[in-house]
Amino acid sequence: MAEFKEAPAGAPLGTKLMTWVDNRFPATKMYKEHMSEYYAPKNFNWWYIFGSLAMLVLVIQIVTGIFLVMHYKPDAGLAFASVEYIMRDVPWGWLIRYMHSTGASAFFVVVYLHMFRGLLYGSYRKPRELVWIFGCGIFLCLMAEAFMGYLLPWGQMSYWGAQVIVNLFAAVPFVGPDLALLIRGDFVVGDATLNRFFSFHVIAVPLVLLGLVVAHIIALHEVGSNNPDGVEIKAKKDAMGRPLDGIPFHPYYTVHDIYGVCLFLMVFSAIIFFSPELGGYFLEYNNFIPADPLKTPPHIAPVWYFTPFYSMLRATTDVMVNVLSVIIGLGAVLAVLKGSFGGKAKIATLVLAAVAIALLKTFDAKFWGVVVMGGAVVILFFLPWLDHSPVKSIRYRPDWHKYVYAVFVVFFLVLGYLGIQPPTDAGTLVSQVGTLFYFGFFLLMPWWSKLGTPKPVPDRVTFHAH
Amino acid sequence: MSDQQVDQGKRTWLIATGCAGAVGGVATAVPFVSTFTPSERAKAAGAAVEADISGLKPGEKMTVEWRGKPVWIVRRTPEQLEALKKNDGQLADPQSDRKAFPIPDYAKNEYRSIKPEYLVVVGICSHLGCSPSDKFVAGPQPSLPDDWTGGFLCPCHGSTFDLAGRVFKNKPAPDNLEVPPYMYLSDTKLLIGEDKKA
Amino acid sequence: MKKLIATLLIAVSGLGLAGGAQAAAGGIEWDKFPKDKMTDVAALQNGAKLFVNYCLNCHSAAFMRYNRLRDIGLTEAQIKSNLLFAGEKVGETMKVSLDPKQAKDWFGATPPDLTVIARSRADGAKGSGADYLYTYLRTYYRDETKATGWNNLAFPSVAMPHVLWELQGQRAAKFAEEADPHEHGKTVHVFKGFEQLTPGKLTPAQYDDAVADLVAYLQWMGEPAQAQRFRLGVLVLLFLGMLTVFAWRLNASYWKDVK
Repeated sequence: MAEFKEAPAGAPLGTKLMTWVDNRFPATKMYKEHMSEYYAPKNFNWWYIFGSLAMLVLVIQIVTGIFLVMHYKPDAGLAFASVEYIMRDVPWGWLIRYMHSTGASAFFVVVYLHMFRGLLYGSYRKPRELVWIFGCGIFLCLMAEAFMGYLLPWGQMSYWGAQVIVNLFAAVPFVGPDLALLIRGDFVVGDATLNRFFSFHVIAVPLVLLGLVVAHIIALHEVGSNNPDGVEIKAKKDAMGRPLDGIPFHPYYTVHDIYGVCLFLMVFSAIIFFSPELGGYFLEYNNFIPADPLKTPPHIAPVWYFTPFYSMLRATTDVMVNVLSVIIGLGAVLAVLKGSFGGKAKIATLVLAAVAIALLKTFDAKFWGVVVMGGAVVILFFLPWLDHSPVKSIRYRPDWHKYVYAVFVVFFLVLGYLGIQPPTDAGTLVSQVGTLFYFGFFLLMPWWSKLGTPKPVPDRVTFHAH
Repeated sequence: MSDQQVDQGKRTWLIATGCAGAVGGVATAVPFVSTFTPSERAKAAGAAVEADISGLKPGEKMTVEWRGKPVWIVRRTPEQLEALKKNDGQLADPQSDRKAFPIPDYAKNEYRSIKPEYLVVVGICSHLGCSPSDKFVAGPQPSLPDDWTGGFLCPCHGSTFDLAGRVFKNKPAPDNLEVPPYMYLSDTKLLIGEDKKA
Repeated sequence: MKKLIATLLIAVSGLGLAGGAQAAAGGIEWDKFPKDKMTDVAALQNGAKLFVNYCLNCHSAAFMRYNRLRDIGLTEAQIKSNLLFAGEKVGETMKVSLDPKQAKDWFGATPPDLTVIARSRADGAKGSGADYLYTYLRTYYRDETKATGWNNLAFPSVAMPHVLWELQGQRAAKFAEEADPHEHGKTVHVFKGFEQLTPGKLTPAQYDDAVADLVAYLQWMGEPAQAQRFRLGVLVLLFLGMLTVFAWRLNASYWKDVK
């Protein structure tokens, strides 16, 4: 009690109230630390809006989800009908449903762009590795959340998409089939699967997501944001300890984010009100047919946001496994001949490569497809340790690095597009090249990121007054 | 660029954005809150119900379900109708003047019904919602006064109602039994849930 | 950065073209459903009548309530007298009279529920679900090799007979063998035209119009809230446009101070 602060005599009621609260809960302290005295770089560009947009979409999904759950029935015999009930019989139900389905796709658009910003400006580099890792965790949870949510309408795509993905787990050697049985709770995707996916989608994963988002933001605020120039603003502070190139998050970025949110809401609303199906990409046509365990639709594809990874899965054929074996072999030999690490490590490299090649030849390409697909996501976690460029931001990297990133994006989009199409020989070849490029981009980054002459990095951020 | 100008600019746009944002917020909240209102399915299930009274004999009661509640149709004998007048002094609201369950105009009479012979009331006690039991036989009985002329006794807390659904004084229930909207489709068919005004 | 964007755009558009061309193959082309029927209340009402009379015997529309037809201008009295045949109440859903198990026995397949059929049959490359239905209901032809005696160009070997045959009359389809453009040495069965065998109650133009009405009704039934959605969308976007302008000026008023 001795440490309690007193409000000055004659202070207004608001001040007295806040003093009472602040003596018991760090409200003003947190407000200052995270808003009014949290200094963010002043040179943010539009790539920096996607974090706030992701939070907005998370809130939209939770709120619309809460209202949908009031009317949805998680029972294989009732689910499809309950969604149409929401669309027709519940006052304004159609709007809530479209907000939720559009929000799911919007979440991925926003998150992919948010991650790409990180790639462009080196936002994952020291001291922000943990921000990036929490973010990759969020990405993984988001994929699980979307996958499980997609089963809930119990349409043909829902059912068969789930069947295929759960069977991926069955591809794991030795434990696969039992694992798939455990996930499904039955011999095929059915009511048991629907109920547990409902529980995960509505409660379990959202709680984990919220926790990770909080951790992500706390980790960010601890070290401060990066910026498009990759310059650490905390390096140059004024007499009061404020970064010279920083501005208080509130009010500058609160009003900036409000503007960005309004622009986003315009696009979001345009889709919801004028084209919620978006050509069958946001609401798939096949999902307007109730699930039929006896009849697979002629063309199943995962939802658009999974297709780049799905392409990589499909690209991992026997031929591809052979190619991978050759690459691992060559890579190991190169590392041993050119590497500057010790003899023991070189022997270990050769042994590991031999073991890897043996495993590749032992297990089915089907299993390695799953590994490749999973690996494509897991490799993101390691990015902070793969990037060895002396320079953080793409602005100051050698020009040709920009082309490498451009090709990466093009391949990612191409892989996505090919994942939606039925497989063709040409498509498979392109997917295989794309998969190799994707993994090469990351696995060889310790080497290629050091090549070339970077441009001189300024001391201070480049900022043009608005 | 003076401080006054800058402040004015910020203030103007703060107010404009704030007001527009508030309007947008309310406009967004309206559909969400509306999802709480009864859906088309609930409204369809709550639609009016037909009741065929051709088989109802004098002194008998039939029950139909409307909106999840029991609705009683009692065919009263001439003696029972006569006996109604005697109760007035012992009733809490003999003229059905109370406003809690407003009685439709066509039932604001001494019989509380369109046709004297048939009583149509919701069989839910106005105290706490139990369904009263039939006590049509006149005369002394347990829990009933010696001059009982026939009516209903609620088993939960002992409220009593006469054969026009009117509640007796000094009982826990404050109101007479509710008269639902209803109309005659023919001499033998009632429609419970809709009346001529609708 | 500009080069990045330029490269991306060129690459992606090239792929899009390639992909689009590839997807056009497979099955007959779909005719375009006349979209202006969607705002024609008389057409929608006629479509509802045709639907209830011809389709509901075998198909259900289990998520469609009869009283929703008020949205296309019918009163409850009109619905009750013209469209309710089996003692249903106006608030009930359009259930089917036929037992699905019997239907499976007779036709080989259970007639699917039609409430959202127009939404489920769309195909990105070929057209909307309405285009498909409009084509499907107008490309039946006599085929003695089929159990029902009917076949269909848009849905080959369909289990459903030509329910509207009395209106359209009976037609035969003429095919010719032609060289396959994709595979050397093979021939393909190419559709060459219809031949009217017996006349129908309607002329071809009248039949097309009736089918357009029916398909308009099916499209409307797939999403009754669609008209409201468009109207509201305009208002929402106008409001958001205004809000965005305010937010833009608000942002500018603060960032003026940042040097």
